[in-house]
Amino acid sequence: MVSYFRQLGQFLIELISVVGRAGAVWWQAIWRKPELKNAGLVVRQIYQLGVLSVVIIVLSGFSIGAVLALQGYNQLVKYGSESALGLGVALVLVMEIGPVVSALLYAGRAGSAVTAEIGLMRATEQLSSMEMLGVDPLQRIVSPRLWAGFIVMPILALMFSIVGIWGASLIGVNWLGVHEGAFWSSMQEGVDFYSHVMKGIIKSVVFGIIVIWIAVFQGYDAQPTSEGIAAATTRTVVYSSVAVLVLDFFLTLVMFNF
Amino acid sequence: MEDHVCIQNLTYNRGARRIFDGITLRIPRGKIVAIMGPSGTGKTTLLRLIGGQLRPDTGTIRVNGKSIPDLSRADLFAVRREMGMLFQSGALFTDISVFDNVAFPLRVHTDLSEELIRDLVLIKLQAVGLRGAAGLFPAELSGGMVRRVALARTVALDPSLIMYDEPFAGLDPIAMGVIVQLIKTVNRVYGTTSIIVSHDITETASIADYIYVISDGRLIGSGTPQEMLSHESPRVKQFVKGLPDGPVPFHYPAIDFADELLQDRGSS
Repeated sequence: MVSYFRQLGQFLIELISVVGRAGAVWWQAIWRKPELKNAGLVVRQIYQLGVLSVVIIVLSGFSIGAVLALQGYNQLVKYGSESALGLGVALVLVMEIGPVVSALLYAGRAGSAVTAEIGLMRATEQLSSMEMLGVDPLQRIVSPRLWAGFIVMPILALMFSIVGIWGASLIGVNWLGVHEGAFWSSMQEGVDFYSHVMKGIIKSVVFGIIVIWIAVFQGYDAQPTSEGIAAATTRTVVYSSVAVLVLDFFLTLVMFNF
Repeated sequence: MEDHVCIQNLTYNRGARRIFDGITLRIPRGKIVAIMGPSGTGKTTLLRLIGGQLRPDTGTIRVNGKSIPDLSRADLFAVRREMGMLFQSGALFTDISVFDNVAFPLRVHTDLSEELIRDLVLIKLQAVGLRGAAGLFPAELSGGMVRRVALARTVALDPSLIMYDEPFAGLDPIAMGVIVQLIKTVNRVYGTTSIIVSHDITETASIADYIYVISDGRLIGSGTPQEMLSHESPRVKQFVKGLPDGPVPFHYPAIDFADELLQDRGSS
């Protein structure tokens, strides 16, 4: 019994310590935003985190849009409502699947890369040498990745949804024969920018913040060994994925007035 | 003249283990001072304490009269611009070329034009004999070359204090000779104060003005290289003469060997 409480106490102390360290890294890095002359550092990270993720986002978005069209048509056609296919696919993509799946893909592709990169820089003393050269790694390494991470996530989520809708239209309209006018007009009438699209964008911004925060912290806090970096990379993907799914539930609860 | 680095009654613990137990030492300005001792005595930790990367539990560390543990993060980074540290691994930035590694501190801390930075970088690389390797990446260099590039980067801003962490470890005799020569030259030409952490007796004694020997968290001896080579303390003697066993035991603390063997047999 005593040992149970001791283990619980140790776990809680470790949890508070990790949250405190993560908060400190976030706070210090976010206020040490790169100076204007170092804007190139953020641009480079936008390329690394965003542009290099475009292929996986486009391929996944297209596949999911196409599958949604197939499954949606299968059900709607039973009630003669296949003209609502465009509306259904667009709402599902813009409000839920677009932000959530793109965030999960982003955590796997970009988040893991950020953790491994920063962790390896720590293991090879590159962060220490930067400190000894009078350069703050939080400003030079962590901050550009945080800012780039916030910027690219909503763009990737929007891209995912747009390509998904395009994939659905190819399957629904061009292959399954849903009326093109009905497909697009139902979407135009039913999807509201502020009620639906904007809420999806807000979700993706929150997911972007949480994923990149977990990624940079896990890298910065990683044990400087190969096992430590491997464990940190795994934690980034697992924690980010769980955080995205749990946060999605609460954001949906709050934003859609349940 | 005030000492460049002054450490008094320094204690530092890592977890339950005491790394330093009341160490006091002075590093005079413009001199080459070696800090020596067996592996695992915390020599590198001492450099990190001087550089402000670690905070002591008690005691004072003053560099140029400034108390390092009391500085704010911003002030600490400002003070570090006057320090340089050569890491054992070199710690070059692997995603940029040799040229860009050396140019890095100049680009970050100065507003010099690219033309001037180019000239300065080529001067530093010429000094370490690697101007021809400016376009290479760190992964394409040998261990000795990495350390020479790291030295060029360290002296890029002409720091008044340079700390060398095991500069001779793992080098072939030629590369070792080159590094010894470079440390001496940097000290003489720039008037830099140099702290060398090492356990290579011969090389270190050949360039150091003064040597401190640390073991088990305490200072066990200090003096000029000649004084250290004829030191009376058994601990210092064991270290200087490279004897495998003595006051510094060969074996890590453990229960009796025979007892452990019998224990294993009993449990299997």
